[in-house]
Amino acid sequence: MDDMVRDFSIVGQSIPRVEGFDKVTGRAEFTDDIDLHGMVYAKVYCSPVAHGKIKKVDISKAEKYPGVLAVITGDECPKKYSVNDLLPTETALAVDKVRYFGEGISAVAAISEQIASEAVELIEVEIEELPAVVTAQESAEQTDNLIHQEYPNNTNHTAEQIFGDVDDALVRADVVVEETFYTSMVNGGFLEPQSAVADYDPGKKKMTVYNCNQLAHMLQHTVAKTIDMPLDDIRVIIPNVGGGFGGKTEATPSVLITCLLSRKLGRPVKLTYGRDESIFQNKGRHGCHLTLKLGFNNDGTIEALDLNVLLDGGAHSGWGFVVLWFIAALTHLPYTVQNIRYNGRRVYTNKPSPGAQRSFGGVQARTAVESCFDMAAEKLGINPYELRMINAVETGYKAPSVVEVRHAEFKKCLQSVAERSDFVNKHGKLPRGKGIGLAAGHYSSGGAFLLYNSTRAHSTANIRVDTEAGATVFCGVTDIGQGSTTVMTQVAAEVLGIPVRKVNFICQDTLLAPMDNGTMDSRATYGAGHAVKRAAIDAKQKLLEVAGAHLGIRVEQLECKDERIYSIYDDNRFIGFWDSVTMYQDVIGTCFGTGDYTPPQPRGDYPGKIIGPSPAFGFTAQIAEVDVDLQTGLLKVEKYYEATDCGQAINPASVEGQVEGGVVMGLGQALIEEIVVDRKGRVLNPNFHDYKIPTTMDMPEFDSEIVDAYDPTSAYGGKEVGEAPTGPVCAAVMNAVYDAIGVRITDVPITPEKVFRAMNGQHSRDLELETTTIGFANAKYKGD
Amino acid sequence: MKQEVLLNINGSPYEIMVAPNDTLADVVRRKLGMTGTKLGCEQGDCGTCTVLIDDKSQLSCLTLAIACEGKDIRTIEGLESNGSLDPVQQAILEKNGVQCGFCTPGVIMSAKGLLNDNPTPTREEIKVGLSGNLCRCTGYEKIIEAVEAVVDGEYSAQAKTQIGAE
Repeated sequence: MDDMVRDFSIVGQSIPRVEGFDKVTGRAEFTDDIDLHGMVYAKVYCSPVAHGKIKKVDISKAEKYPGVLAVITGDECPKKYSVNDLLPTETALAVDKVRYFGEGISAVAAISEQIASEAVELIEVEIEELPAVVTAQESAEQTDNLIHQEYPNNTNHTAEQIFGDVDDALVRADVVVEETFYTSMVNGGFLEPQSAVADYDPGKKKMTVYNCNQLAHMLQHTVAKTIDMPLDDIRVIIPNVGGGFGGKTEATPSVLITCLLSRKLGRPVKLTYGRDESIFQNKGRHGCHLTLKLGFNNDGTIEALDLNVLLDGGAHSGWGFVVLWFIAALTHLPYTVQNIRYNGRRVYTNKPSPGAQRSFGGVQARTAVESCFDMAAEKLGINPYELRMINAVETGYKAPSVVEVRHAEFKKCLQSVAERSDFVNKHGKLPRGKGIGLAAGHYSSGGAFLLYNSTRAHSTANIRVDTEAGATVFCGVTDIGQGSTTVMTQVAAEVLGIPVRKVNFICQDTLLAPMDNGTMDSRATYGAGHAVKRAAIDAKQKLLEVAGAHLGIRVEQLECKDERIYSIYDDNRFIGFWDSVTMYQDVIGTCFGTGDYTPPQPRGDYPGKIIGPSPAFGFTAQIAEVDVDLQTGLLKVEKYYEATDCGQAINPASVEGQVEGGVVMGLGQALIEEIVVDRKGRVLNPNFHDYKIPTTMDMPEFDSEIVDAYDPTSAYGGKEVGEAPTGPVCAAVMNAVYDAIGVRITDVPITPEKVFRAMNGQHSRDLELETTTIGFANAKYKGD
Repeated sequence: MKQEVLLNINGSPYEIMVAPNDTLADVVRRKLGMTGTKLGCEQGDCGTCTVLIDDKSQLSCLTLAIACEGKDIRTIEGLESNGSLDPVQQAILEKNGVQCGFCTPGVIMSAKGLLNDNPTPTREEIKVGLSGNLCRCTGYEKIIEAVEAVVDGEYSAQAKTQIGAE
């Protein structure tokens, strides 16, 4: 890459978070911190059974309880909602039927949380319990016990994609490997439980919603449609979000419940979930059964990929159908396979509904593909690193689906981790109990999928430059902790050549920011980054015209830097940036700029084509070094190597933070995390005591590198890093365990018990239905 | 029955009515509006509610307010004064130990408690000291680096005002 192009002042700098001061001092306001005048509090009656017909809901005692202002049931708002109005199944509160443990049946608004909680205890509910359908396999075989009557065979969605001739290629292949995998249903585990405040203005008949959500505009749309209000009468404000990881991309019932109660009462209502409710509402990662067949030639080139997937959809639809297609899309890359067949089915179960958790579809796809790559490497007698290098995609690659990789430094990632870890010399040569495993992956930087099916831009940014406020950017992207506010601020500051502190970034408010696809699918830096850069360039151009006229220099010969506008041929000929702003304001008016971004539309004609194509892909390669206790099966990940191709890192420290956080989230799933339900569908671990996420004590030693890369299609060369690093972690650990003990674990989490049994000749999957025997201290339910 | 207690929080006396089952977290957040102390689980599992009581880090969601009378309570709001950050705050900020920021106040208070007990912890001792604070964003690496930097003297009292000055 031309060095001149990358001669940045602010892009590429690890500046601290622009909102960081507020966060380290406790000033940063999260949804539950909001306290509005006259606010009242809501609590929800949660279903004690996972599947049943609601026979009676008697709210009369609760309504009469002193301090109670309103009590509602599902009848208040039976309208079904979903993502993008596709396959709607959810309601604010259960109507006629409950479908998962903890589903809301009734909600109370009272003058205090305590009174609301006490009133919930007075609600009398009668439920005729139905047999709970708790595994995807048993659900797939049901014809009578349907979770939603309108979905035969409990099937939420099916997906099929065929490219090339897989059967022929598998016959032709020299080596074929086949294995079945299971990846666990896990929860996002964001530290901030979901919380919502709704404030209905009975005078203007408008609603303001405060909610920790990743997609302000989609939430606005869902609220408007569901509670039947005009879109432009709803204002969504997103306060600081205490982690999202995809789990906060859907509307939770809490938002709709507070809206319904607030509209009824004409005063603000807050509802904050407990940790248990946060896990019941879930929207975490889908549990997934995968059967994968890979065919290779003796020279290591891959011939065919044949994948069958059964996705455990929990009680509802949500992002599930997108996840189903995404698993397919995420097997087209990062290897040059030409013959691909995918058969996917997503079924309903009586479980907390999963959604689109970080690297959604990626964890499942990578777990199967990367494990099978190692199996094939062994059969072929080729080192797993070499096998990946032989098949790795490069810039310009076109997948058989016509998905195009416009930029890739994937091979650099593989080389980086292999060299740093000395993989080739260690793999297969460490003492028994010690193992090293490689896995790799990629993720899209935003897709072609647009909220509410219109052709409008995926991101729009407006900028106002004036002496009264500096440069103020209005953009709808949401900072959920990943750092988009800081990155967008850097982009605007770079364009205008002004310090970061002169940029205000106004986002997360549908009244102020233009329509945006929001923070999902790793699209913020790439998509919103383009829009912000274009808006800033638009404003800059106007300022250059004034400055050029003043200096007597042509506009194309001017540049902005260090708060000056100067001649690129003679930087002694300049005008102060803010002087030119003053001039513009005095003579013309306030300086505005606007910019937007829409990714290239998908080509080809195949089912699911809208899900998967991306303007850019981030890549990752990872190596885990593990230690297995041969007596007990205790598995420890001791060292973790990672290399990322995220293009140009706009903020390298933030990139490192995304990588480290993403890998540790992956390690949680690899080693300890799973939502466990009993035979009746009751969640046995709806708390951080029994649903454990990694702590400081679970950290491996980290060694990561951002490889030198610059994606010329991107605003400043950057692309995604938020999701790719989570995808291959389970597989890297599985491959390392195999290297350590010679037994292939095929399902996560890889508990010591599974390792112990595997070492003793028992298939790890035998354990799957025995998990109820684990004693969860906090899960003694009535009637047992 | 509610009763009046005198709580010394961040050096100021607060006379408030509390019920016997009111937790310290509820009191500081809801009665006093000091919302920097977070509630992530209300069961003592996540550490986001950590405060200092007589210089020791404690979970305010499991501490009854009524039991805190006469003790020196310090919340995240009591660490910084007029833009001048505590070294731990500044290190967490500058070393990018903060992402979503929800765990951050609890992490900082735990680190303060740890350093009060042991001003020169090793990396392993820092890990143990922060093991009760869950963070889902950072993977902990940058948080630990930040505390190590404080231990190494990188964020001494002289460095305190850098952020404010910028």
